[in-house]
Amino acid sequence: MKRIAFLDTTFRNVCLICAGVCGVLTLTLFLQLASASGEAWQTFGWGFLISTEWDPVTNVYGALPAIVGTLLTTGLALFIALSLAFVCALQIVDAPPVLSKILSYGIDLLAAIPSVIYGMWGLFILCPLLQEAFWLLEIDTNGFGLLAASLILALMILPYICAVMRDVLKMTPVLLKEAAMGAGCTTWECARDILLRHGAKELLGGVFIGLGRALGETMAVLFVVGNVIEIPGSLLEGCTTIAATLANNFAEADGLQQSVLFALGLILLLMAFGIQILAHCYLRKTAQKKGA
Amino acid sequence: MNTVNNMTNPKIKVRNLSFYYENGHQALFNNDLDIREHAITAVIGPSGCGKSTHLRTYNRIYSLHRGQRAEGEIWLDGINILAPETDLLLLRRRVGMIFQRPTPFPMSVFENVAYPLRLHFKMNKREVADRVEQALRDASLWEEVKDTLHKSGQALSGGQQQRLCIARAIVTEPEVLLLDEPTSAIDPVATLKIEDLLLRLKERFTIVIVTHNMQQAARISDVTAFFYKGHIVETGETKQVFTTPKQKQTEEYITGRFG
Amino acid sequence: MALHLPSPRNTSPSMTLRPFFWRKLQNGLVQTFSIIALALAIGAMLWILGTIFSRGGEVLSWDFLTNSSKPYGVPGNGIANALLGTLMITVTAAVIAIPIALAAGIGLSEFAKQSRFANLMRFCINVMMGIPSILIGLFVYMLWVVPQKSFSGFAGALALAILMIPVITRTTEDMLRMVSDHLREAALALGCSRWEMIVQVVCKSARNGLVSGILLAVARVAGETAPLLFTALFADTWPRDFFTHPTANIPVLITETTTNSPFEAMHQVGWGAALVITLIVLIINIVAKTCFREQKR
Repeated sequence: MKRIAFLDTTFRNVCLICAGVCGVLTLTLFLQLASASGEAWQTFGWGFLISTEWDPVTNVYGALPAIVGTLLTTGLALFIALSLAFVCALQIVDAPPVLSKILSYGIDLLAAIPSVIYGMWGLFILCPLLQEAFWLLEIDTNGFGLLAASLILALMILPYICAVMRDVLKMTPVLLKEAAMGAGCTTWECARDILLRHGAKELLGGVFIGLGRALGETMAVLFVVGNVIEIPGSLLEGCTTIAATLANNFAEADGLQQSVLFALGLILLLMAFGIQILAHCYLRKTAQKKGA
Repeated sequence: MNTVNNMTNPKIKVRNLSFYYENGHQALFNNDLDIREHAITAVIGPSGCGKSTHLRTYNRIYSLHRGQRAEGEIWLDGINILAPETDLLLLRRRVGMIFQRPTPFPMSVFENVAYPLRLHFKMNKREVADRVEQALRDASLWEEVKDTLHKSGQALSGGQQQRLCIARAIVTEPEVLLLDEPTSAIDPVATLKIEDLLLRLKERFTIVIVTHNMQQAARISDVTAFFYKGHIVETGETKQVFTTPKQKQTEEYITGRFG
Repeated sequence: MALHLPSPRNTSPSMTLRPFFWRKLQNGLVQTFSIIALALAIGAMLWILGTIFSRGGEVLSWDFLTNSSKPYGVPGNGIANALLGTLMITVTAAVIAIPIALAAGIGLSEFAKQSRFANLMRFCINVMMGIPSILIGLFVYMLWVVPQKSFSGFAGALALAILMIPVITRTTEDMLRMVSDHLREAALALGCSRWEMIVQVVCKSARNGLVSGILLAVARVAGETAPLLFTALFADTWPRDFFTHPTANIPVLITETTTNSPFEAMHQVGWGAALVITLIVLIINIVAKTCFREQKR
């Protein structure tokens, strides 16, 4: 009897300790990035966040170009992907059953393709294509830059967002849809005013997933963004993102530059963390509203 | 077919209506029915007899579902509802519908009623507010919600939600109201309220109500149609159908021998 | 109750109908746009897959799969060492992550339940799932590579394990929660001890969902590149010194051959490797989704 009780408690404790692993890892990651980036913060102070300089020779660094690049690529990609994903999901849900199943399955599989593949495709296919397309318009560009990065990112997160939206739209009660159409909505009005609002919470979940993916994506961006540490002046100019800067420079960096890269990492971590907090608070708020 | 007395100029004339589901199953067989204007017509019958299916052809809401199709003619003041060229938006403004379970839209009480109004009409804010208030009053809901108009319509009680849906249906001033077992998910007290409401509304609207509750049909309707296995077995004045049914099946159903 | 005033029967003159034309036009435009969008999305996806399959298919051969990778100019280039390295790294990561994550999932769903600790940990799991994978690479770099003074395949495996843990924990918890409480009570009533009940009854009945969740997590990390850049790195050698030396792996091989090399021959190796990793990931996904489909509630 005693042995069983002992086994039970041990099992319980082991499980609880393992459950704590994620907490410990998250905390360590924060502390570790903070301490490793200490030198950079001491050297540059808050000015680091708004400085656009990046000169490894004189050892002066600023984070603004990478931050702006990250926000721009993420924002653009999210905008493209969201609008496409919503209408795609609408079509998929409305398609004849067999077609709908095939498309759903295809989207799930596409979400599984490694991001490095998207990057590679962008490098060898999309960028030359953009170059030629803009050459026809008599605009001189090598294709690499903000636009290419955003397109690739959008393509990459599209299946994720679309899959979430499809699931949400599938869960809408048929009766609600009938009521909307019965009130005289067109298909689009029904989707925009009723379905979108009905699933707003879950749809937003999809947005957050896409946002998180796009924000920290390294490989798909690295290949096509041009990796110029400058704030882009137009869609066609090369730029960089935090993740791409890390991937590009970390291997050769040491001393202050390494610390600067850790500082960039910390900024990225805080951004990702901020998104999670936002999502968390939002879900909490809507949960409370529903309870009331 | 049973002729109904004083049936001058029916609002809706159903002729030879048949209905098929996507698997080819035929749910309605050659239905003929006249719906009297400014009266409540009750459609009764055992579950699965096609009464809801029949009602759902009046605003062609079935066309939302792939593969479902109706044959025959349904005349609404000289327009054939089933004709392919019939404008669905116009049709659904003229024929409002209320469903088995309350279907408040995911918006505030006010917006729920204002939404179809804005959808169909050009109107200034003041007028929208007036008409929403009027519709809520007509649905005897105004006193209960006038202080919480901005709260979610989905937070109301079941009975209130159903009256909200009625307000939403009548605010655009349709000519016909279709009710598909509107009280089946609602408690008895709320049910009585809605029945009262329908009795008042029949002055302004032509009402068709599908119900599995025979007492309800007897209480509120003027005309009753009895469905069985996709056929209309008997139509007539409610009093006559319930007291002296002409068909044996009707009598058996009404006396509770099946269904 | 308000007194009912019968309002005029017909639509009053002030109610001007919005013309249907514009609403229908808008509807039509959106419908057209959405079909174009769907075609565009599917087209792009097929294009990507098509490119991978056609370009990769050109170089795929038995020799390609069995030769080790070589610098430019050396004949007989292949990806065998990278394939083996990826396999070792992924399997090691799975071996580290699965027990921890399963136990964590059990702990959250069976023991901690709705406690404050559990909710905090759930939040941490969400945060972990949202952390960009490259940061996990940095993390392991500082935690393992620097103290060991060497890049190693094992460091890569650690990074992937950290990526897997939150994903598997989450699916485990979800799957276990779907098991009905009646089953738990019935098992306890039969005289099972608590841990027997959990392992033999609850986990067993959720088995398909668990396996599927684990496979999907493995597939997801198998193609991860960013965390390996600072941990496993790359080498043209066979992965002999898994714990002490840089270890070849497919994702970094793709990066190396495509971005760091101007030569068409190297690019071809990259396409071949891309095809192989895509196939691996897709096959694991298909197996997870068809063979171990989660039972619906």
